[in-house]
Order: sequence, then structure tokens, then C-alpha cells
Amino acid sequence: MPIQLLMPALSPTMEEGKLVKWLVGEGAKIKAGDIIAEIETDKAVMEYESVDDGVMGRLLFPDGAEGIKINTPIALILQEGETAAAMDGLASAAATPAPAPAKPPAMSKPAAAMPAASKPAASMSKAAGPEVPAGTKFVSMTVREALRDAMAEEMRRDGNVFLMGEEVGQYEGAYKVSQGLLAEFGPKRVVDTPITEHGFAGIGVGAALAGLRPIVEFMTFNFAMQAIDHIINSAAKTLYMSGGQLGAPIVFRGPNGAAARVAAQHSQCYAAWYAHIPGLIVVAPYDAASAKGLLKAAIRNPNPVVFLENEKLYGRSFDVPALDDFVLPLGKAHIARPGRDATIVSFSIGVGKSLEAAEALAAEGIDAEVIDLRTLRPLDMETVLASVRRTNRCVSVEEGWPQSGIGAEIAAGIMEQAFDDLDAPVIRVCGKDVPMPYAANLERLALPQVEDIIAAVKSVCYR
Amino acid sequence: MVAASNKKSARAASDKAPSNSGIQDLPGLYREMLLIRRFEERAGQMYGMGLIGGFCHLYIGQEAVVVGMKAATQEGDQMITAYRDHGHMLAMGLDPKGVMAELTGREGGLSRGKGGSMHMFSVEKNFFGGHGIVGAQVPLGTGLAFANAYRGNGAVSIAYFGDGASNQGQVYESFNMAELWRLPVIYVIENNHYAMGTSVERSSAMPDLHRRGESFAIPGRKVDGMDVLSVREAALDALEHCRSGKGPIILEMMTYRYRGHSMSDPAKYRTQEEVQKVRAEQDPIDRARARLLAENLIDEAGLKEIDREVRAIVAEAAEFAQTSPEPDAAELYTDILR
Ligand SMILES: Cc1ncc(C[n+]2csc(CCOP(=O)(O)OP(=O)(O)O)c2C)c(N)n1
Ligand SMILES: [Mg+2]
Repeated sequence: MPIQLLMPALSPTMEEGKLVKWLVGEGAKIKAGDIIAEIETDKAVMEYESVDDGVMGRLLFPDGAEGIKINTPIALILQEGETAAAMDGLASAAATPAPAPAKPPAMSKPAAAMPAASKPAASMSKAAGPEVPAGTKFVSMTVREALRDAMAEEMRRDGNVFLMGEEVGQYEGAYKVSQGLLAEFGPKRVVDTPITEHGFAGIGVGAALAGLRPIVEFMTFNFAMQAIDHIINSAAKTLYMSGGQLGAPIVFRGPNGAAARVAAQHSQCYAAWYAHIPGLIVVAPYDAASAKGLLKAAIRNPNPVVFLENEKLYGRSFDVPALDDFVLPLGKAHIARPGRDATIVSFSIGVGKSLEAAEALAAEGIDAEVIDLRTLRPLDMETVLASVRRTNRCVSVEEGWPQSGIGAEIAAGIMEQAFDDLDAPVIRVCGKDVPMPYAANLERLALPQVEDIIAAVKSVCYR
Repeated sequence: MVAASNKKSARAASDKAPSNSGIQDLPGLYREMLLIRRFEERAGQMYGMGLIGGFCHLYIGQEAVVVGMKAATQEGDQMITAYRDHGHMLAMGLDPKGVMAELTGREGGLSRGKGGSMHMFSVEKNFFGGHGIVGAQVPLGTGLAFANAYRGNGAVSIAYFGDGASNQGQVYESFNMAELWRLPVIYVIENNHYAMGTSVERSSAMPDLHRRGESFAIPGRKVDGMDVLSVREAALDALEHCRSGKGPIILEMMTYRYRGHSMSDPAKYRTQEEVQKVRAEQDPIDRARARLLAENLIDEAGLKEIDREVRAIVAEAAEFAQTSPEPDAAELYTDILR
């Protein structure tokens, strides 16, 4: 039987890929380990290596074929002693993906399934507001591109701004956020570091104390735990300890929160941790426009800013105002969807889930308002309270754990300042109170899902 | 900040001639390396089929390191490593079915599906993980040695880490205390030349990693990590050093990873020629096979038989990993405290 080569999954979030080009032709001899094709994933162009020996029998897709779902046969390899006749009847399989080799549970990829589903909701959150003049044109871009553009614009504007971190330069970012920056700004301003978070975070703070404007990228915020002493003890407290003489204008940024199937040490939300600290500003944008406008503001801000991105959002596209210098205010929440019946308060990826929930609730006659906090410290309680005074009901949504979380803070604030306006107790929708499990089914259970938000909103509405 | 690839271009090679000692054990070592190779190839395939998620760091190319180290150890010696850990677990005798089922996140996995590729452990086999934070296993492995010294049990802890990890501060904090307290720990630096996309030359002010213990008076040795007998010989010496109460020692294993860092690495930081050259000239399995034939320790039929056995083990593991059910939902809340 000829071996069917299937479209491989080459990244945790990949669903389909493009066959950029074949590197071997039909009839070519192949050894295990040979690179036979280049395949473009949602992140990068990857080389596809054969694990079998044989002869390339038939290429089932031409160079440049796009949108090939994973597990679709893309070529047939003849094994020792086989002739072309062995392929009869197999080649037509090209059009249909091969049946999933295992039973479906393993394929239930919650993360990968999300982007498509949230499409309609995304446009709801268009960053219209006082910062965007009437008549402004919008362009669609990914969160990844928006972050890159924000850094590039600020680096052009201010020669003191530089980017430092693991794989930010030559590799262009482990998650490809710094694409093109090394080429434009050179190695003096786009600095590849060794793997030594505590060291380079401290060096970043020192450089900031001396007046430079570092952007320190953590490959993910999980690794910032190595460096948290400098973020808190050195960056957040120096202004106070020095009686206002000197502070650290620095941005610590990188992906935060759950990624897909990377288990307990690589999947955790640090929002509440940093939001706890006086002397820090903490930002957690959802869409591309706020990612851009808030990162530019963070870089200009004279204080240490912890800027929490989200890996699952990097590849999602949103409309961004086409303005030369689009800066959003820090410390200001945004009403992503107005509504009358209940207030859903969230940030980062939770906003997308909340918008989806709100759409579903609308179909059942519940008109939910969705607030995107954008900044977690200082927390814009005014916007939350004003909303709750109208809706009289509130649900908070976050990936982090419930105890001492952002939702706990929101609930306490509402209780203190709008107790009499509440018609129901605030409900917190959080990540489950467990380390992140690896198994697909458990991971899905551990994270807040759209249906959890819907159930919580119905509950505060007594429906 | 400037690439210094000219500093040292001989990849994976080291100075010494291949070792001859223990050659009678070579058939078994060959088999273990082959098991790791075939297991990892299958894991890569299963990742491509969507059966394995998240990160999956393959050990292909580095097999001789862990197999040679394990061959020199005694009952009671411990091992601990980072996330590139499948080979270590197979070498420590963990059940291939349980490892593969952990990769697919199933109930039959060694961590019952809760740990995944990067997090597996075996108290029974003295394997202490499986750690995702670069460098973290180094003080942990030093702590295992602390316990050995505390108990006076004569066991040695082997802590593996990468060239990239060797720049983490906690490595040096560990070195200092290990030498200060004469702890029985072998630091095995698996120098595969790259930490993700960063070559040793681009990350290390002093790239001779076996010399990184000098300022703590810890001896270090550079070893051909692509030759399983050389690894075994170095390991025997190092274990003897530790067991005789002389404290820690560093072994820098010159090795190479053929695949990307994890499954989503476009690998633009090195050329295909570089990879193919190492594969063609230094592959640890090919080298062992050639030795076996040259020394008449085995014939072609014997090699085929080993290949068949290994393939059967891997096929069985893959089958088990796909048929084992997902963990019960109630598992979400177990094992948080005891
Ligand atoms: C503290 C920390 N920083 C960054 C990472 C992301 N990361 C995972 S592996 C890796 C490269 C490590 O390279 P090396 O130590 O040489 O080991 P190898 O992967 O080559 O086996 C990086 C940067 C991490 N897991 N932990
Ligand atoms: Mg390495």
C-alpha cells in the first residue's frame, strides 16, 4: 500500500495550511529525514520532513494550494517494490480529508475552534470612541501586526525606545510579534538575550532608571515569574522609595493566560497578580485596535507597565483605525457592546467570549452590556459602576483563578459602591481552581466557556 | 549582538576518539537508542495527525546522551530533566505505552493525562520529571543530591539541561551550593548548539560550557555526545567522582537535535545542509550500527530483528495511546493537595 502523506498540524493552533512548494518531484527517491515540502501555517513557513523511505508516487496538490485542512492526503509515497499501479483509486482521496485517525475526543481543540465562531462578535468591538474622529477609515489587521506596528511607530518617534528579550531579533519573536523590527532598527535596538529572565528584566529596569525606554518581552508571562522580583521590587517601588526622584519607564510585555494544550507551567493568567501591585500599570487588551493604541500609550507612559497579551488572539483580525498616531488612554474601560439587562465585565480574550455570549443571549431576549476593562490597574470602576447602576446585574469573566481575582475585586467594588443598585449577587466566571490540565477534555472544563457566561447571565437575571 | 558563527563551526563533534570500553553492551544500547528514535518519529507523526497537542519537543539526534548515561548508573540513582524528556523516560524504563498515552492526554498516560509531553514522573524508576521552566530542574536535581547526601545512601542525582538553560542564574546558584556542600550531582549539559533559534555563540560569552563550573572549582569535561560508548565511559568516571565524595561534576555532551525546537519551529536559524551533514556523519544510531557490524557483534539479520521488536513496541504504544479513554471529568479536581 502506498503511504499517504497527510497535511500535518505544524503548530498548536493550526487548522489548515498552504502548500507553498514541493521540494521533490514525482519519481524522486526519498529517505526518512528529507525535506519534501514547505508548508505555511498560521504562524510561519515550515519545512515538512518525510519520516518514511520510498519513492514520491504522486503529488496530490500543486505548489501554492491554499486552505488544505490538516489530515488531508497531500501526496502518495511508494514503498519498496511498489509500482504506480498501487496508487489506483487512492489519488482521488485528495478532495476529502482522511477520516480522523482516532475517535473525536482528542480532536476537540477548544482553542482552535474559537476564531471562526467569534467573527461576528469581533466587529462589535470596533474601537470607536472619542479617540477616533468621525469619518476615520479602518483597516483590518491581526493583533500580532497591531502590536508590531505600535512598537515600530514608537521606536521611530523616540530613539530611547528599544526592545529586548528572548528570540525577539533574528527569530522575529517566538510568536512572531517582532517581525521586521530587527531589519528596520538593527541589533542595538532589537536585542536578543540569553535565557535569563531575572537578569535581563533587571537590566531593563536599570536602563529605565538611567532614562532609556525599554520594552522587555517575556516569551510568555509564565517565564516572567523568574523575573517578578525586578518587576515588583525594582520597577514598581523605586519611584516611591526615592521620594519621587526616579522611576522606571519600562514596558514588560508578552503573552499571558491559557495557550492551547501546554499544561500547568505554561498556561496561567497573571492579571490578578500584577493588578495587586501599587506602582504598576497593568494593561490587558482584547482587539487589535486597543492592542495598538494601548501599547503606544504604555511605551510613552513614565511608569512601569505590565502589558498582558494573549497568544490565542495574536492571529485574529480586527478593524484598526487608519490614523498616523492612534493612542488610547490608559485606565479607561470601553463599552464593547451596549445593553440594558446585565453587565458583563471582562478583559483580554474573555471579551471575545463575552461578546459571543451576549449575541446568544440577545437571541433569547436578554440584552447584555459587555465592558472591556482594557486596563486592570488603575481599574476604571466608574465605567463599571455606571453600567451596573443601569442594568442592576453583573457577571465578571476571567481565565484566572477565582480567589483574590479580578472578579473578586470588581464584585467587592460594586458591593461597596453600588450595593443598593444590585438586583442579584455578582457572579464570577473564572478559570477553575486547579492547575491547568493537559488533556483536551479537562482543559476545556478548566477554562471559562461561552456557555458558562450565558448561564451566569441568565442566573443574575433569574432566568 | 552580532552573530559569531565563525567562532566555532564544527557542529556536534568533540575532541576525543570514540570510546571502546563496554563494547560488549553495545547491542543493548543500540536497541535503546533505536526505541527512542522510532518512538519520537511516531510521536511527531501523531502530532501531525492532531492526536498530540501543545508543545512536543523531540529528542531525535540526542539519543546517545541519555542511553549512555543510564547505562552507567546504579539502582537508586536519580534523573531529572526539562521538557525534552521522552527519551529520558524511555531510558529510565518507563512504560512506552504510558508515555505515549500521556502525549495524547489519555487516562492511561503516566500523569493520567494531566501533565502532557513536558510533565511525566516515576517515583518507582527514580525519574523526577519533566519540567517546563528552563533551568528549574537544575536546583531541583541539586536538591535530590542534597537528600542523597543527607541520607548517606550513596546515590547520585543526574540533572540534565540545555545549552540555553546554562545561562539561567539559578544554575550558578546551584553550582555554588553543590560544590560548597560536596553534593553528589552530575550536571549533564546537553549542548545541541541551539536554544530555540539562538546558537550557543549568540547567547554565551564563554561558549565552552563544561568550563562553566571553574569559578566554583567544579570539574568539567567535554564529551562526544553522539557516541554512546564515549558517553557511558564519561558517565562511569563522573559517577565514581560523585560517589567517592568529591562533589559535583559537569559533563558537556556535544550533541545535535535534528528536528525543530518543538513542532512549530520554522528552523530558519540553521541550514538544511548543516542538519544533513550531522545526520550523515555523526548519527549516533548509524555509528553504533556500523560499529556493531564492524566488530561482528551482530549481523544484518540481528539488526533487522531489533528493528522489528522496536517497531512492535512503538506500534503497541501508539495503539494504546489512541484507544485509552480521555480522563474522567472528575480528575479535574484531584491531586491538588493531599
Ligand atoms: C524560564 C523560561 N524561559 C523561556 C522558556 C521558553 N523556552 C522553552 S525551551 C527554550 C530553549 C531552551 O534551549 P536549551 O536549554 O538549549 O534546550 P533544548 O531545547 O535545546 O533542549 C526556551 C527559550 C521557558 N520554557 N522557560
Ligand atoms: Mg539546546
